[in-house]
Amino acid sequence: MTVSEKILARASGRDRVSPGDVVLARVDKVMVHDVGGPGVVEVFKELEQKGLKVERLFDPDRVIAIEDHFVPPPDQKSAQNLKVLEGFVRRFGINKYYRYGLGQYGVCHVITYEERLVLPGEVYVGTDSHTTTTGALGSFAVGMGHTDVAYVLMYGRIWFRVPETMLFRLEGTLRDRVMAKDVILKILKDIGADGATYKAMQFSGDGVRSMPIEERLTLTNMSVEAGAKNGIIEPDEKILDYFGGGISPVYGDEDASYSETYSYDLQSVEPMVAKPYSPANGVEARELEGTPIDKAYIGSCTGGKYYDLVKAAEVLKGRRVKVRLEVIPATQGVYRKALDSGLLKIFLDAGAMVGPPTCGACLGGHMGVLAEGEVAISSTNRNFPGRMGHRGSKVYLASPATVAASAVTGYITDPRDLKA
Amino acid sequence: MKLRGFAHKFGDNIDTDEIIPGPYLKEQDPRKLAEHAMEGADPEFVKKVRPGDFIVAGRNFGCGSSREHAPLALRYSGVKAVLALSFARIFYRNSVDGGHLLPVEIGIDAYEGIGDGDELELDLDEGLVKDLTTGKGYRVKPIPELVRRIIEAGGLFSLKPEELL
Repeated sequence: MTVSEKILARASGRDRVSPGDVVLARVDKVMVHDVGGPGVVEVFKELEQKGLKVERLFDPDRVIAIEDHFVPPPDQKSAQNLKVLEGFVRRFGINKYYRYGLGQYGVCHVITYEERLVLPGEVYVGTDSHTTTTGALGSFAVGMGHTDVAYVLMYGRIWFRVPETMLFRLEGTLRDRVMAKDVILKILKDIGADGATYKAMQFSGDGVRSMPIEERLTLTNMSVEAGAKNGIIEPDEKILDYFGGGISPVYGDEDASYSETYSYDLQSVEPMVAKPYSPANGVEARELEGTPIDKAYIGSCTGGKYYDLVKAAEVLKGRRVKVRLEVIPATQGVYRKALDSGLLKIFLDAGAMVGPPTCGACLGGHMGVLAEGEVAISSTNRNFPGRMGHRGSKVYLASPATVAASAVTGYITDPRDLKA
Repeated sequence: MKLRGFAHKFGDNIDTDEIIPGPYLKEQDPRKLAEHAMEGADPEFVKKVRPGDFIVAGRNFGCGSSREHAPLALRYSGVKAVLALSFARIFYRNSVDGGHLLPVEIGIDAYEGIGDGDELELDLDEGLVKDLTTGKGYRVKPIPELVRRIIEAGGLFSLKPEELL
């Protein structure tokens, strides 16, 4: 069995599962945010109208609540949703609760990583498609809607169809100023926006082991852009050190079978840019050299982690931006590290705006949405029509290094061309 | 189960931002969400859709976010079923488990044969969709057993965990 199959077998109390089996699995951790949480509350209200009162959650200690999408609230509706989420948290006694202006908070997938909330080998579901991110730490992590998550909150179990696993073997190391984002954009280009639908995307090899954990998170984060059910990486020493014991990691068998196997030599990966309107529309950054942009955005679960800011700052140090650059650290934890290490000064000296952690503009929600006809380059994950603002705006997806370099020149730029 | 309605045709990779754009995610009232259904793909859609209608789409319908607002918005706009070459898994699951609408996989013959505005009759027991406008019939892919039971029960909450397997 693959690692995903073994986790599902363990969680459903079976010796063996095979792709295609439908299992009833125990869920170890569940996450709601300020978009999914109020949806769950609506589901519970409907149940109560039907005479089924939800007295308690299956295990409040396994529940995580995070404010991230519409924070700080840009309008009254968003503020109301935060209140609804708070009411839910208080009613059911949830103590893993991350709120803006009260210490650690921010984009949920970076919070679960920084706070070590989901352990290797666990089954984890959340009301967000990018819940796949957390699989880089060795869990079976799946995004769901609010009905499914409400069901998990009530029963602690839910059905899964065991996915086939696609194996991506990454060998070698990335060259300077090439990032995991470039790797996943290349993979998406190769397999397409539905290339992994219903399947698990597993990343392995020396190339993965050479990557810092935060880079691995980018691979599993964007697995959902190929339609994957989950992205996963078996734990190595770095992960075991990160959690420091008290965990029971799961590994695939030697003879596990994979539906497809792909190999990539990281040494040959070039900086990539996904053109509008699909993350699978990748080309090498050089092919788009000279494409003018109006704005550059560094942030989100995909491209607002501390390592992302470090790589952007390397490009920006001692330079000034020619077009707007927004830098949104993914969490308060990232923000503080960037302050302590001097990264924020580099961004401010370059002329960038540094804003508070939020999902914000990544989903066209607030704080920097695009006008009709505007073109952005962004370290985020989606460039669908209207994703970051007006339906007539355009988004190019790239690594934080490429976004930073493009902000400096005012057009799409390979970050290696800005050296010295 | 037989359903009858008119087809609204869309292409490949219709994503959840097109079905219900991000700024509306703060809205919890499904009737208000429905006022913006498919706004990102066709701003005129809500003026055209009638209760019981179908969306007919290409590959990977509903890709992108896990927002259940997407099938909710379609349901309250009147859409009863989406017939597509394939679905993104979260949208598919949300449609079924939320009891919002029927996701039905069709073949390329049906996708190419059915025209925008055609009147359709979907017969799930026979596994057929009939295009009443052209008189042609097409096989649809069988709905998996568990999915069918959840749909017939009216959504996931109608079944307890031990009743699922």
